[in-house]
Amino acid sequence: MLKVTDLTKRFGGFTAVNRVSFSLEKGEILGLIGPNGSGKSTTFNMIAGMLRPTSGSIEFDGREIGGLPPIEICHRGIGRTFQIPRPFRNLTILENVVTAAFFGQSGHVSRSKAHAQAEEALALVGLPTDPRAEVASLGAAGLKKLELARAIATQPRLLLADESLGGLDETEMNQAADMLDHIRREKDITIIWVEHIMGVLMRVVDRAIVLDHGEKIFEGLPREVAKDPKVIEIYLGTEKISFDEAPAT
Amino acid sequence: MDKRIPAVIGIAALAAVPQLGLGNYHLHLLITVLIWGFVYTSWSVMGRFGMVSLGHGAFLGVGAYVVTMLWNSYGLTPWLGIPAAVAMSMVMALLVGYPCFRFRIVGHYFALVTLALGEVVRLTIVGLRDQTGGSLGMTVTAVPDGTSLLALQFGERTVFFYVALLVWLFGLWVWRVVDRSMLRYALEASSEDEDAAASVGVNVTRAKLAITMLSAAMTTLGGALYAQYQMYINPETVSGIGISLQIVFAVIAGGLFTQLGPTVGAMFTLLLAETLRVSFGHDIHGLDGTVYGLLLVLFIIYMPKGITGSLAALLTRGRAEPGAPAAGLAPSR
Repeated sequence: MLKVTDLTKRFGGFTAVNRVSFSLEKGEILGLIGPNGSGKSTTFNMIAGMLRPTSGSIEFDGREIGGLPPIEICHRGIGRTFQIPRPFRNLTILENVVTAAFFGQSGHVSRSKAHAQAEEALALVGLPTDPRAEVASLGAAGLKKLELARAIATQPRLLLADESLGGLDETEMNQAADMLDHIRREKDITIIWVEHIMGVLMRVVDRAIVLDHGEKIFEGLPREVAKDPKVIEIYLGTEKISFDEAPAT
Repeated sequence: MDKRIPAVIGIAALAAVPQLGLGNYHLHLLITVLIWGFVYTSWSVMGRFGMVSLGHGAFLGVGAYVVTMLWNSYGLTPWLGIPAAVAMSMVMALLVGYPCFRFRIVGHYFALVTLALGEVVRLTIVGLRDQTGGSLGMTVTAVPDGTSLLALQFGERTVFFYVALLVWLFGLWVWRVVDRSMLRYALEASSEDEDAAASVGVNVTRAKLAITMLSAAMTTLGGALYAQYQMYINPETVSGIGISLQIVFAVIAGGLFTQLGPTVGAMFTLLLAETLRVSFGHDIHGLDGTVYGLLLVLFIIYMPKGITGSLAALLTRGRAEPGAPAAGLAPSR
C-alpha cells in the first residue's frame, strides 16, 4: 500500500534522512522508532506532505505522493495526528471532528453524513459526542484522543500517528496502544506509528523499523528489536534513553 | 415557541417606523444606521475569523465612485453599475487576497497589507481629479423630478428607508447563512491553526478567498447605497484609512461575534459622533476624533466581545453554569 524508496532529506549540508526504504502492507501497524534526532519525524513529515523530499520516492497505492501538499495527502486517504495536539479551540469537540470528516473527503459527503462519521470517530476513541462539549474540557490524554478522532474522521486508509504516547502516564499509554490496535481492526486502517519510546508500542505493532542518524538500522518483528545489538547500543549504550520509556521491555 | 417570532415582530416594527411621523432628521439617522449597519456587517463576516482588514474603505470607495462615475458620465443605471463595481471589488479582493493567503500573511501583516489597499484606492480617487473631482468629491447627477427607479434615486426619504432596510436585512441574512455553513468551520479551523486545518483537508486559501470576496462584494454594495442616498461622495468619507478604521471600531464596539453586533456598533458610533459633534461642535477641532480613538482602546481592553457580546454574557450569567468563555478577540499568532 505504501512504498518508500531511498527517501532522503537534506537541510543544507545536514542529512536528516538518508536513503530510507520500507514498505507497508494493508492492515499492518508499523512502528517507526528511533531516538530524538534520528530522522523519524522528518520521514513522517515527508509522507504527510509537510516536507518535500530531497530525493527518493513515496508511493501510495501505486501513485507517487512525494512533495504533494498536506491537503492533497489528506484527500488521497492519509490521515495524521500531531505530536503536540493542535485542536481547533474555537470550535467544539464535535465541530472539530465534523470539520475533518467534511473537508477530509473534499466535501464529497453531505453534512449529515459528515456529522454521523464524526460521532462514530468520537465514539471509537471514547470522547463525548455531546455537541456542546468544549475542547477546553479535555486533558492531555483527551487532546490526544481528539487528534486521533479528527484523523480517523477524514476516513483515511493510512493513518500516521505521531508520538501518540508523549505526555501520557503508563495507564494512558496502554490505553492509547490498545486504541490504535482497536482502530486498525475496527476501521481496517493501516497505521504507521512513530514513537521514540519502545515499550508499549511493541505489544501492538506487527513490524518495527528503527532509525538512527537518518539511517534505517533495523527492520523486523517487535520481539527481535530488543535483541538487536545495534538497537541496544543506541537505546542503552548512549545517554539518549528517554525518561518516559516504559520498563516493560 | 417559534424562534422566528421575535425577528418577525422586530422587522414589522422597523417597517412601521416611517409611519410614526418621524421628522426628517430622525429618519435620516435611521437610514444612516441601516446603511452603516450593513457595511459593518459586511466587514464582520470576515473580521470575525481573525481576518482583520483595515482597508475595507477600498471596497466602499469602489462601490460609491464606480457606480456614480458610470451614471454621471455614461448615464449607466446603477442597476448595472452596481454589479460592475461589485465585480471590480471582487477582482481586487482576489488580487490582494490570493498572495496573502497563499503565503500565509496573517495577523498584523495582513492588516498592514489591507491598510495600504484602502489608501491606494483613496489616492487613486484623488489622483483622477478630472474624472472624480479629486478631494472636492463629486455629486451624483440627480434626475429631474428627484425620483427614478432606474437611477435608484428616491426623492422621498421614506422610500429610501425601505431600500436601506431591505439591504440591511440581506446583510443579516448573509451573516446567518455563513454562520451556519461549513465555510464557518473551515475558517474557524484556519484561523486557529492553518497546518492542522490543511491536514484534515481544509483548503485554507480557498476558504479565506471566498469569505474575503463575499465581504468585499457586500461592502461595495454598501458604498453604492451610501452614494445613492447622500448624492454626494468624497474620497475621505468612502475610502482611505479614516473610514476603514471607523468600520473596525464600530464592529468591535458593537460586537464582532454576534449577528446584530455590527448594527449596534453603527447605532453606538452614530450617536457618539452626533453627541460629540453637538457638544463640541467645531470649537475644539479634532477632539471628537480623539475621544473616538480613546474609546476604541477602552473597548478592546475592557469589552473585547463588544456591547452585544457583553450584554449576552450578562444575560446568561447565573442562568447557565459558567462554561468556557466565548472566544474574545483571538490573539493572532
